Amino acid sequence: MTDSKLSTFDRKDGSLVIAHVLFAFGALLIGGIAGMLQGMVKGGTITLPAGIGYYELLTAHGVLMALIFTTYFIIGFLYSGVSKTLGGSLLPIARKLGWWGYLLMSAGTLIGVVVILLGKASVLYTFYAPMKASPWFYIALALVVIGSWLSGYGIFYQYRKWRKTNNGKLSPLFAFMSVITMLLWQIATIGVALEVVVQLIPWSFGWVETVNVVLSRTLFWFFGHPLVYFWLLPAYICWYVVIPKIIGGKIFSDALARLSFVLFLLFSIPVGFHHQLMEPGISHFWKYLQVVLTFMVVIPSLMTAFSLFATFEQSGRAKGAKGLFGWVKFLPWKDVRFFAPFMGMLIFIPAGAGGLINASNQMNAVVHNTLWVTGHFHLTVATSVALTFFGITYWLIPAVAGRVLTPRLNKLGIVQTIIWVVGMFIMSGGMHIVGLLGSPRRTAYNTYDDHPDAILWMPYHVAMAVGGIILFVGVLLLIYNVVALLKAPKGETEYPLGEVSEHAEPTPKYLENWKLWLTVTVVLILVAYTIPFIDLIGNTTPGSPGYVTW
Amino acid sequence: MLAVFLLVLGIMTFGTGFAPPNEHIHRIDPTKVSETPPFDKPQLTKIGENEYKAAMVAYAFGYDPAEQMEIPAGATVHFEITSSDVVHGFQIPGTNVNVMVTPGEISHVSHTFEKPGEYLILCNEYCGIAHEMMKTTIVVK
Repeated sequence: MTDSKLSTFDRKDGSLVIAHVLFAFGALLIGGIAGMLQGMVKGGTITLPAGIGYYELLTAHGVLMALIFTTYFIIGFLYSGVSKTLGGSLLPIARKLGWWGYLLMSAGTLIGVVVILLGKASVLYTFYAPMKASPWFYIALALVVIGSWLSGYGIFYQYRKWRKTNNGKLSPLFAFMSVITMLLWQIATIGVALEVVVQLIPWSFGWVETVNVVLSRTLFWFFGHPLVYFWLLPAYICWYVVIPKIIGGKIFSDALARLSFVLFLLFSIPVGFHHQLMEPGISHFWKYLQVVLTFMVVIPSLMTAFSLFATFEQSGRAKGAKGLFGWVKFLPWKDVRFFAPFMGMLIFIPAGAGGLINASNQMNAVVHNTLWVTGHFHLTVATSVALTFFGITYWLIPAVAGRVLTPRLNKLGIVQTIIWVVGMFIMSGGMHIVGLLGSPRRTAYNTYDDHPDAILWMPYHVAMAVGGIILFVGVLLLIYNVVALLKAPKGETEYPLGEVSEHAEPTPKYLENWKLWLTVTVVLILVAYTIPFIDLIGNTTPGSPGYVTW
Repeated sequence: MLAVFLLVLGIMTFGTGFAPPNEHIHRIDPTKVSETPPFDKPQLTKIGENEYKAAMVAYAFGYDPAEQMEIPAGATVHFEITSSDVVHGFQIPGTNVNVMVTPGEISHVSHTFEKPGEYLILCNEYCGIAHEMMKTTIVVK
């Protein structure tokens, strides 16, 4: 990897990466405005001017942040690493697929945003039937998904060609992880694609009268849980591959990193029922089986935590750190490329613990659909993942656009990270506590006729609004930083890719045996879902007609 | 440790009956809720010594029965709830009562109300423009 060090990033590929990253931050800005306004309405501090509904904002916030910001950033980031590590530039077909994917996703996003703002689709980003949005909302979603498939094919194509020309060689770690991430996405989106194309589009056009509600929810959550790992795995790529280089250390173990990604592929899909624990129509046995499978992701998560801190300690000791925790001082705290992702890692500890509570079968009743859950994913995706993506941006834009990160921008990046952590601590902390007290999620301002329980929630809702305003300042500073990065002084910036520690064991071949891992993935999915699906499809319950309740 | 934890969850679920609600599959035509017993007459019925059944319908944006439900302290209520339109929630803050109400299915959940007071029942699944107004109460005397 030393030979490619400081070599120029392919400019054509750079444009593709920049296009994705900028679209992502555009979505973050609009989604951020919606989020802050929502927080203020919920806190009772403002009422929206006529015409704008709370749930329209909530739909826009969810779709733009959870689906658009993440997907665009992830595809841009993965393409950058695939270009860098698999031959130094994208093959023409891979690049073309990347642009076609971008085009389709952008068309879908624009249609979707217009339909949402027209108030034709205030169904939130989970769009549970039988609430019936305009068919164009579902078509927009389908376009985004199909676009992301094309982008995935581009990555697979580049990877296969590389493997063919480098017969028998172990693929670069970044590329391997990108392929896993995109495989996970391809398999997971089959569920939501079936829901949207087979169930919802014909139904919302009126070609069929009714929809099977529990089936549609099950298809959605077949997708909905791996979705969160689709967000998380690119952050893990940064933690495993990029961070060791930035701190001047080595990757602890290539084999361990690959194994953890394989385990994520296996255990993040057959687990969707843990989002449906509180609903009728699915029996205890299948819920419990999927709870067990859910808890298997604890293993790769702890493997990741262990190997990251091993990297930190090893690199500190190599620099002369003494004592049990002396290495902590040797970490580059003043480098935003490390500091932002590191804060993300730190916050993933309580965030992951909260996730275990959510998935604990009967314990879910305490927190299901309360603001606790909202607090949970604002720690996971909106802090751990988002801060890692922000940290990536400070070297990715300079590396692909031929710029350098100035000390001033580095400092602003650190300030931005601190603002984000403080805002999220207040907002998500408030959400967790008030959720335990019973305050429901996705609910506009109301005091429930001044019921004493609901009155007790108010101070926490105000704290959420305060946190939301601080976070919006964080969004504005981030947008400023992104623009400033594009205008930063010209120069070459290294694309940071770590090297594996010389003490690590060699990587066994079977870790790159796709036939094996895909077979196990499919078998696990079949075990977890076949009988429940047969039951749902075969049931004789009359379906539901559609309702527009907003 | 992971195995022990999962075992505990499993034993509680299948052995002691401390499970997530809604095990049984009870199907109903969601367009004919108002004609299907017991939901044609949603009401609180006394079925035994300090034991009640509450047949309830969730709709956008409220719950039937509309009349105030009242029970003595220490009473156990078996709720049976269905929806006549979209998906709703059924949550009683301060208790572990928290179930989804899905059209076409009947949700079952039981709770013993030990302490007197006015308990809030609210919808915790977004169901439309006035979702935040969807609530009722049950009074424990």
